[in-house]
Amino acid sequence: MSIAVLAAEGLTNKGVAALTYGLGAIGPGIGIGYLVGQSVQAMARQPESAGMVRTTMFLGIAFVEALALIGFVVFFLAGA
Amino acid sequence: MLALEFPPLSHITNWGGYVGDGEIWEINKIVLVYGFALLFTWLLFFLGRKGEIVPTGAQNLAEMSIEFVEDGIVMDTMGEEGKKYTPFLLSLFLFIFFTNIFEVVPVIQMPASARIAMPMTLAIIAYLVYHGAGFKSHGLGYFKHALVPPGVPIGILPLVVIIEFVSKFLVQPFSHTVRLFANLLAGHILLVTFAVLTSALITPKWYAIFAPLPFAGVVFFTAFEVFVSFLQAYVFTLLTGVYINAAASHEH
Repeated sequence: MSIAVLAAEGLTNKGVAALTYGLGAIGPGIGIGYLVGQSVQAMARQPESAGMVRTTMFLGIAFVEALALIGFVVFFLAGA
Repeated sequence: MLALEFPPLSHITNWGGYVGDGEIWEINKIVLVYGFALLFTWLLFFLGRKGEIVPTGAQNLAEMSIEFVEDGIVMDTMGEEGKKYTPFLLSLFLFIFFTNIFEVVPVIQMPASARIAMPMTLAIIAYLVYHGAGFKSHGLGYFKHALVPPGVPIGILPLVVIIEFVSKFLVQPFSHTVRLFANLLAGHILLVTFAVLTSALITPKWYAIFAPLPFAGVVFFTAFEVFVSFLQAYVFTLLTGVYINAAASHEH
């Protein structure tokens, strides 16, 4: 079976939902990576403010992560 | 071929009642988890009250969790005047943590937070508390405090007010709910996936040699989910603290 046929078979509602969730997870992935990287840099430069940076980091992660998680819920709603 | 049959979502999140199946008061797995979580939260409060100078056992644990919530959450988000919210945030944190941790407790292995009812109820309670704190602190001027950020040009003010209203009064409780719910549901599905793979690979066929791989996944992700349970309880409580501070503060 050629790849085109396999791809056409995969284009069910569930397949599209899974693919779209994968696309939707790219943005938050980049966001969390950048956020944690910058926080680590801040902690390395100013170890005495590490506690404050850590709290703010978790807060930021929570906000960014919400986007990916809403995508996860939509995946179930669309794929059902 | 491999006999791999992933159970539908309703099979891993819906549980029949042990007593009174189908009634409104039915006792099922979720209710049991609520019961255990309430019991443990109450026990920690009760045993922590001994107040001995050299703490031992349960008192140690209770003092540790109080210290964590007060220093790590209350002081970081609200400062000194937020200390009156410590009991509320502490019980919120402990209850969420105990309901989450049942995800990895053998035999039960079901986080109650993976059903949206519990995160939604807690988010509504938090919603009432932080808007209540806002009204208590500002009176009816709370609407101005919440909806009109200082220093916005008059031209785009109507737009800003609408955006602030939607984000603070409608989207905020929704994202607060979904963050806890979806994290725990995703973790639960992840563990089920690896467990199903492992059990499908334990056969007399030659490919049974791959069974240790998904089993290692089960072990690793179980440890990871312990961390996630703690982190989500922390994040939920931290955000409640941030929202209370945003509603009640007088800084602008």
